[in-house]
Amino acid sequence: MFLRLPRISLSLGMAAGLATLAFCMPAFAKDVTVTISNFAFAPAAMTIAVGDTVTFVNGDDTIHSVIADDGSFHSDGLDTNDKVTFTFSKAGKIGYHCGLHPFMKGTIVVQ
Amino acid sequence: MTDNSEAKPGKLSRRHALECMVWAGTGVIWTLSGGIPKSLSLLDEAQAAEAAASNFTFLQISDSHIGFDKEAEVTAIDTLNEAIGRINGLAVKPNFMIHTGDITHLSKPDEFDDADQIIGSTKIVTHYVPGEHDMVDAGQGKAYMDRYGKDSWGQGWFSFDQNGVHFIGLVNVVNLKAGGLGNLGPEQLDWLQKDLANRPSSQPIVVFAHIPLWTIYPQWGWGTDDSAQALALLQRFGSVTVLNGHIHQIIQKVEGNMTFHTARSTAFPQPAPGAAPAPGPMIVPAEQLRGLLGLTSVNYVVGQRDLAITDSTL
Repeated sequence: MFLRLPRISLSLGMAAGLATLAFCMPAFAKDVTVTISNFAFAPAAMTIAVGDTVTFVNGDDTIHSVIADDGSFHSDGLDTNDKVTFTFSKAGKIGYHCGLHPFMKGTIVVQ
Repeated sequence: MTDNSEAKPGKLSRRHALECMVWAGTGVIWTLSGGIPKSLSLLDEAQAAEAAASNFTFLQISDSHIGFDKEAEVTAIDTLNEAIGRINGLAVKPNFMIHTGDITHLSKPDEFDDADQIIGSTKIVTHYVPGEHDMVDAGQGKAYMDRYGKDSWGQGWFSFDQNGVHFIGLVNVVNLKAGGLGNLGPEQLDWLQKDLANRPSSQPIVVFAHIPLWTIYPQWGWGTDDSAQALALLQRFGSVTVLNGHIHQIIQKVEGNMTFHTARSTAFPQPAPGAAPAPGPMIVPAEQLRGLLGLTSVNYVVGQRDLAITDSTL
């Protein structure tokens, strides 16, 4: 359901997967950035369209992670300036949090 | 310092005295010893002899964060090397060490390798519990368990006995829930209940885990959601010492027969609870850094109700 695309280790195989997926997606699929700063996700709530991607960028000087509350996706630890991108291919509302600092929370509504 | 309600007239309460000692600042040794002051230092030969004469000592290191390199002049490898150098220089070696988690910063294999190599140079048996930074590999803790979990239960918890003292290593950093604190979980609590069931209440207990097992500052996640259930199981024991890491500073509390203590990091300090917008690393001038990092030594003497805990800076 979710395609995890860590930019830092994007392999050829994953790139090919992305290309396939991109082919299936509406042409106007967009990428939205969530910045992690001072132990908070910003914006912490957003609405996107099916097929859109969300890129999380860690702007803090400690590590964070991004984990779906229902366990359906998770990142590795993100060091400073590391990024991770997830593709949301199914409509619904999903909550997520930082696996190291679970008081950091956010939600994404996929329409 | 005005709350003296527990003190007899003219005498400091134990809690009051402890507060004073903690407030005396970094680099000052403090001990906790059932009303009998007892001071030990890693630096001092006479004190090392005293440690040797006692039944045994063990040493706590914590939050080595190998892979962290945001300090201007030193890395977490440098400061762990210094800490281990201090241990290797001891006249009397501790019987064993405990590491209360965040061995690595990013759970990477080379970070675990570096930590193993540096800590292993002591040739002292070391018991590990994981921190949340040791859980951020793609397998969400698999790297830690493959390396350290072989002789443990569940997701890494275990217990062992040394000189009549029962040691329990707990794991409260796995599958943390949105909005929650540290978490032990029902499976581990069930194991703990069974582990303690047939033990006499007179047996001294030492419990260690990464995130504090008492609520220090929930806004920053400095506590464990279900620790009350674990502490209830420990309530009947005459001497319980709870050692944690995670918050990179010494905070301690005495409650009945339980002594709670958090250790300094060997890598970087963190702000006092609420003293900053967020609990991130405190980047301090190089000349101040080592005064904020350190080790904890614990001395056990048979017949003495509490264990003497000593912190020293790098």
